[in-house]
Amino acid sequence: MLFLIILILSFAGGYFLPWWIVAIAAFGSAFFIGKTSAQSFWSGFAAVSIGWTVLALFKSIPNDHILASRVVLLFPLPHNWIWLLVITALIGGLVGGMSALSGVLLKKAVEK
Amino acid sequence: MAITIGLIWVLDIKIGPAPPFGAFLNPSTGFWQNAESKNILPTENLKITGLLDKVTIQYDDHRIPHIFAKNDHDLYLAQGFVTARDRLWEMDIQTRSAAGRLAEIVGPKALDLDRYHRRMGMVYGAENSLKGIMKNPVSKMMVLAYTEGVNSYIHSLAPKDYPLEFKLLNYEPEEWQPINCVFLLKLMSETLAGGSDQFGLTNDLKRFGAKDVNDLFPDYPFHEDPIIPAGTKWNFKPLPIPQPSKGFLAQMTEGIKTKEIVPGIGSNNWAISGSKSASGYPILANDPHLNLTYPSIWYQVQMSSPTVNVCGVSLPGAPGVVIGFNQKISWGVTNVDADILDWYQIKFKDNTKNEYWYNNQWNKVNKRVEVIKVLGEKTVIDTVLYTVHGPVVYDSSTEKAEGRHENIPVGDALRWIAHDESDEFMCFYLLNRGKDYNDYRKALTFFTAPAQNFIFASSDKDIAITPNGKFPLKYKDQGKFVLDGSDPADDWHGWIPYDQNPTVKNPPPGFVRSANESPTDPSYPYYINWRYEQYYRGKRISDKLTAMHNATVDSMRLMQMDNYSILAQDVLPAMLKYLDTTKMHADQLKAYDIIKAWDKHYAANSMGASIFNKWWKKFYDTTWSSNFDDNKVYLKVPSYDRTEKLLLIEPNSKWFDNPATPQKETCADIVNLAFTATIDEMEHKYGKPGEKWQWGNVKETFIDHLASLPGFGTGQFFAGGVGGVINALKNNNGPSWRMVVQMGPTVKGYGVFPGGESGNPGSFFYNDMFTTWRDGKLNELLFLNSAKESSKRIKTTLTLR
Repeated sequence: MLFLIILILSFAGGYFLPWWIVAIAAFGSAFFIGKTSAQSFWSGFAAVSIGWTVLALFKSIPNDHILASRVVLLFPLPHNWIWLLVITALIGGLVGGMSALSGVLLKKAVEK
Repeated sequence: MAITIGLIWVLDIKIGPAPPFGAFLNPSTGFWQNAESKNILPTENLKITGLLDKVTIQYDDHRIPHIFAKNDHDLYLAQGFVTARDRLWEMDIQTRSAAGRLAEIVGPKALDLDRYHRRMGMVYGAENSLKGIMKNPVSKMMVLAYTEGVNSYIHSLAPKDYPLEFKLLNYEPEEWQPINCVFLLKLMSETLAGGSDQFGLTNDLKRFGAKDVNDLFPDYPFHEDPIIPAGTKWNFKPLPIPQPSKGFLAQMTEGIKTKEIVPGIGSNNWAISGSKSASGYPILANDPHLNLTYPSIWYQVQMSSPTVNVCGVSLPGAPGVVIGFNQKISWGVTNVDADILDWYQIKFKDNTKNEYWYNNQWNKVNKRVEVIKVLGEKTVIDTVLYTVHGPVVYDSSTEKAEGRHENIPVGDALRWIAHDESDEFMCFYLLNRGKDYNDYRKALTFFTAPAQNFIFASSDKDIAITPNGKFPLKYKDQGKFVLDGSDPADDWHGWIPYDQNPTVKNPPPGFVRSANESPTDPSYPYYINWRYEQYYRGKRISDKLTAMHNATVDSMRLMQMDNYSILAQDVLPAMLKYLDTTKMHADQLKAYDIIKAWDKHYAANSMGASIFNKWWKKFYDTTWSSNFDDNKVYLKVPSYDRTEKLLLIEPNSKWFDNPATPQKETCADIVNLAFTATIDEMEHKYGKPGEKWQWGNVKETFIDHLASLPGFGTGQFFAGGVGGVINALKNNNGPSWRMVVQMGPTVKGYGVFPGGESGNPGSFFYNDMFTTWRDGKLNELLFLNSAKESSKRIKTTLTLR
């Protein structure tokens, strides 16, 4: 459930709001419906990394990945655009996971 | 929780040279948004501010915009809009660079360049030029409408839409100002007319004396083939030539290193009359040589309104078409390199530098304060001293960065044409609308700088060429050496009248051409400069055109790719003659056989070209290094042309002798020494003579992204050409636009530049024209008669309201 909500919010926010809005979304969702720390973290992680992967592919596939193939050369990564997608998913996942974790931890602190 | 906030904060800020990772990588606003789809919309409608009427833009298969407006205001507004849509970051970074505002976004590493541009008076000059432009209602309309168009685009952007480079460097586009249009011209002046030999030559004069300097740096070259055919009569009564000042040799004792000269860079243009073409109508060709970058310095466009229908290339950031054609005329440019930049030695009253001596009295110095913002550091306040001549670029040697700007004297004031009021946009406005030779001549009177050889061909079957710009009236060689800033006799004495600039129309050979060589033979009454680019490309163009009959567009295209070296033709037989083959080892003999059989073409697969190029360079360097290499004083080294004369007719000259050795060296010694060193070096770097010795491998040819982002350029590619041949492609400098226009009842244009119309690395049109350019082919330029004319090549119709 938590996963789904964060996923939907990260899609919806993805079009017109600043990128860090997903953090607030994950944080808020976990605060309200998060259960355990691990469940919140992994739901946030999976939701945002999947959300970002899909959004990135949505732009990159019709582009034949020509941009991603150039941009990957700016990073100390193997010369294949897929690595840029992996990094994007990882960073998104970390932001989502950490935010959700923070949300659920705050909730527990407040409930005590 | 603190960790989470910390993480998000870190991902949102820029750390060192890296972009902010979260902001850059996230798919909502980061770089993924710049990936353009391969599915092109057939129609697009946009509402933008400022238009008086509807504008239709047809994008062709190379994404070149063909703009159709109902009035001129809308035409230039739409040009600003579409150019910004494709090239906003390029426009931003170039004007920032010219205005000395790079440090603001990249930090202290750009401070030296910013100071240089401020102190050279780039901003001061742009402000003056803008005054001239605003006085002319037509130019004012162009600049203001163009500015409005750029700003309409900028206002429509959300952060996710910012061009990629803004995201990488983490800054935002800012409002476009009318002065930015002028900065583009100032950058051109800097590139094409911002260099100086005066300092080095003045040091030469002190070191070697007048006799040697006059001999080594003659006012007319050993080999020449002037732009206006030698012997052309001047049908005007010249103004009185000013008297030389009583003479002054500036004192210079600063310790500065020498700077390598790079001969052979410039541009080509030519036009043949109907008598030489297959169609009976003139053909015009032009290829300006500039630094090759992604995005390109040029932006192709067709612009049409009830007053004009013109096609060609524009400079992103400036209104109008700079090189191109319409139904009646075509025109192109190469650089003149006139002596329009002079240094004046200034005598200050005391160390406060508040007053300086000029015209027998103390005069007050004007101080201009330059405020340079620096990312992450304190703002730098720089005070520049202005004299009657212009700014004192460096008033003490501590202001110069180590090892940079060696050709700029310390404590001298700069008089530069780029500081003057001007109105170049009017020249292009009139050329874009030109109908015949008279219109062409009239347009040229509005052009100040950087002076260009304007070539012309018309459907009326006229051809013409005019080395043109605002040329100061000077005594002969005024400005060859540093001038006396206290003596008004060393001031510029007014201007050469425009109608007395060198020009020729329909000359007997049936062609006109220029390749940056001397504009005239010595019979021209005025002094424009004492030195020009050497005659190699010009001579080759003349030789080819003289022999040509029934020429077609394709003959012109092939000529633009010609790699034949006149330098090699001049010097190789003599160099081979001096070579002693008796003591050579096997590899040297092999190299000797290769070079002996070489056809003198700098083809990509030629090994002879590689050997000759290095051998000549070594011969040249070795000849002069014993006398001109000095790590304390900046000395100007004689030209290739002068070195040729030494080789061909003065083999026992004292300049061949190295004073540091007991024996007396001659030309033959240097030739042999240079050959041995060449083969040693080549073997060391490329192994035994073989495939790796091919010129295309030896010569490093590449195109970089404007910000040198790795992987955003071409990388090194295999190509022929060199500075001194028509195909002047060398490293990352060369033909930045190749154009051929067949005049006639229906004009037909062909052209290509290396790169693509879009500046977005995420676009399919970022480099789609590169291979066509590299392979020496041209695209047929779509030239529509009206917005309604249909063509298979139109891919998108954009309507602006």
